[in-house]
Amino acid sequence: MYYLRLVFKNIFRHRLRSLLTIVGLVVAILAFGLLQTVVNAWYAGADMASANRLITRNATSLVFPMPAYYRERIKAIDGVTAVAISNWFGGVYKDQSFKNFFATFAVDHDVFFDLYPEFRVKPDELLAFKKDQRGCMVGRLIADQHGFKVGDVIPMTSPIYGGGTWEFTVRGIYEPKDETTVTRQLYFHWDYLNEQMKKRFPKRAEYAGVFIVQIADGSRAAEISQAIDKEFRNSLAETLTETEKAFSLGFVAQTEAIVTAVKIVSFVVIVIIFAVVANTMAMTARERLAEYATLKALGFPPVFVAMLIVGESLMISALGGGIGIALTFPVAAGFKSAMGSMFPVFHVTGQTVALQALAAASVGLLAGIVPSIRAANVKIVEGLRFAG
Amino acid sequence: MKIPLSYIFRNLWTRKLTTALTAGGMALVVFVFAAVLMLDAGLRKTLVSTGTFDNAIFLRQSSQTEIQSAVYRDQASLLETLPEVARGLDGFPLVSKETLVLTQIPKRGSDKPQNVVVRGLPPLGIELRPQVHIVDGRWFRAGTSEIVVGRSISEGFEGVGVGERLRFAQREWTVVGVFDGGKSGFDSEIWGDVEQMMQAFRRTAYSSVIARMQDRADFPRLLDEISGDQRLILDVKQEPLFYEEQSKQLSTFISILGITLSVIFSIGAMIGAMITMYAAVANRTGEIGTLRALGFRRVSILAAFLMESVLLALVGGAVGLLLASFLQAFTITTMNWQSFSQLAFGFDLTPKIVLVTMLFSVFMGLVGGFLPSLRAARLEIVDSLRAA
Repeated sequence: MYYLRLVFKNIFRHRLRSLLTIVGLVVAILAFGLLQTVVNAWYAGADMASANRLITRNATSLVFPMPAYYRERIKAIDGVTAVAISNWFGGVYKDQSFKNFFATFAVDHDVFFDLYPEFRVKPDELLAFKKDQRGCMVGRLIADQHGFKVGDVIPMTSPIYGGGTWEFTVRGIYEPKDETTVTRQLYFHWDYLNEQMKKRFPKRAEYAGVFIVQIADGSRAAEISQAIDKEFRNSLAETLTETEKAFSLGFVAQTEAIVTAVKIVSFVVIVIIFAVVANTMAMTARERLAEYATLKALGFPPVFVAMLIVGESLMISALGGGIGIALTFPVAAGFKSAMGSMFPVFHVTGQTVALQALAAASVGLLAGIVPSIRAANVKIVEGLRFAG
Repeated sequence: MKIPLSYIFRNLWTRKLTTALTAGGMALVVFVFAAVLMLDAGLRKTLVSTGTFDNAIFLRQSSQTEIQSAVYRDQASLLETLPEVARGLDGFPLVSKETLVLTQIPKRGSDKPQNVVVRGLPPLGIELRPQVHIVDGRWFRAGTSEIVVGRSISEGFEGVGVGERLRFAQREWTVVGVFDGGKSGFDSEIWGDVEQMMQAFRRTAYSSVIARMQDRADFPRLLDEISGDQRLILDVKQEPLFYEEQSKQLSTFISILGITLSVIFSIGAMIGAMITMYAAVANRTGEIGTLRALGFRRVSILAAFLMESVLLALVGGAVGLLLASFLQAFTITTMNWQSFSQLAFGFDLTPKIVLVTMLFSVFMGLVGGFLPSLRAARLEIVDSLRAA
């Protein structure tokens, strides 16, 4: 017990230095946690993917549409329970800044929300949405951000579909099932989009961006994907069907370089703080060399001396790491609201906290080792002669 | 009277481990800081060198990217008759009517396909881009299924060597050459014959039209002409401005992320410097007293310790910058959200970045060293001499 008290007392001998080191640790562990959360946010779409949903798209690339009548042919394939068209509308609200960005899709209004049970909708709102061809459903995140209420009209422009300003009336606001659900999307009637296209650019009507395919049995995903693609082989628009998860991960892979950079940088901050803590411990141990020699002269084994230093280093790291982890939650919440809808899901996971704790512990251990070896090996005479 | 620089330098030299750890932490911060600035500069350089102010690019009104745009054949023919458009030696207008589509190719060492731009253009289109040269093989021949690939594509993707065949749009395309786009965005593209591409992708309209102007000063006149002509529902931009807009989001994202990280990390490094300098002051209390007794003023003591801290930061800054300069050998390929395709760009170390980075490290040194130096300057002669 007196060992722990000695370690604790040692920390407070250089109050300012210990305080600064702890503050540095807090900042580093906090930054590390936030960066890990940013990386996780990147995978948000993949995290909410369901094993029972497939995405069928044009095999050449996502920008090429497919004829809308594919929907009926996909529906007829064995194992498929429902199909919904979803077109990326690319709507722009106010301006093109990150802050005002949210996703806009034209979907099959009658089945879409049945395919996504993770979007909690009120039955009366859903009915109102289905009845109003110019109606739309918005997610909780954008409703809160822009103050949209049921009955509001949202004006949008679309660089993809053109046609000046499109106006959608909010008929309902859907809620997330849990913190992995992304609610940064606006959904409106594909039929409305299609009718407008028929009027304005007839050549661009009757096309689907992707098909969302619901299957009864997730374990048959591979087989059904193949069956769908076979159906359209050698047609004008060959398809590529994959699970929703693979589809989302494909998106992440496109920006992999950024994710990798963020990951690397999150470890750089740990190395930086390691240098700071190691420096603190080296200086502390050097100053107390005479003391360690005294302890050894009194008969304490070298291991005890080494443990004193490692223990102090670990305790400083535990304090800094603990405060850092505790601060991660409020700071992440503040960060999320400050960034608007840029990260639709920004949630600190248990894994992130475990990594933070691991990082703090490793820094504490490694930073204490080198000076402790030196202190343990110091010759008593030399140490007593050393004046700091 | 000033304290000689050699005294300051020797103080750093005596405590090698501490100096190395503190400067090392700062070097890492400077590394991250410089890397971000270099990446942003590299991105800008890539996009600015993609275009020349002599060329004007025509897109469908309100479409931001070439992918979204469509220019019909009759519109394209009208553009050729504009008086501002330059003519070649043979009297034909210097106009390139192009089509742009996306296809998917796996990146080297991964099976995840990435979006790659395929540009169909007439041979004249190559002439309009003087920075583009063939480096391996030869150019494609008009009217054939031959394609050439940009340097970044040939280095970063699978199955695109000279002589290899690529399959997209239900056809086999033979790679006959590799071209160097002079570190421009074209390095990340695949080029082929425009008429062949339009047939294969079943397009009836071009994506964009590039025209060489008689004189770049003619641009305002051209702009008036286009907006005054009812038949041309087009936007016209000078190429460099167009390409800069293309990457605005990506560039903003890199800057914001990078600056935020640098600021957070620098807190850690400044704390490190502060700890080191406080220790230096504490260790040298007797020395400071002696210096004061010899007649050195408080200001000189303050300046000496500040100099020591700045020197420490400069060492860190120089090391960080040196490390960062090696990054110039790397290229990053990531998705540009706006054009929805892969873009390769490098790290570019400009003199301005060197200056900004060094100023940043001096700043860290000043902030980290200020409080400890103040303490050193405030010591009373008698007290400090007694402390020794």
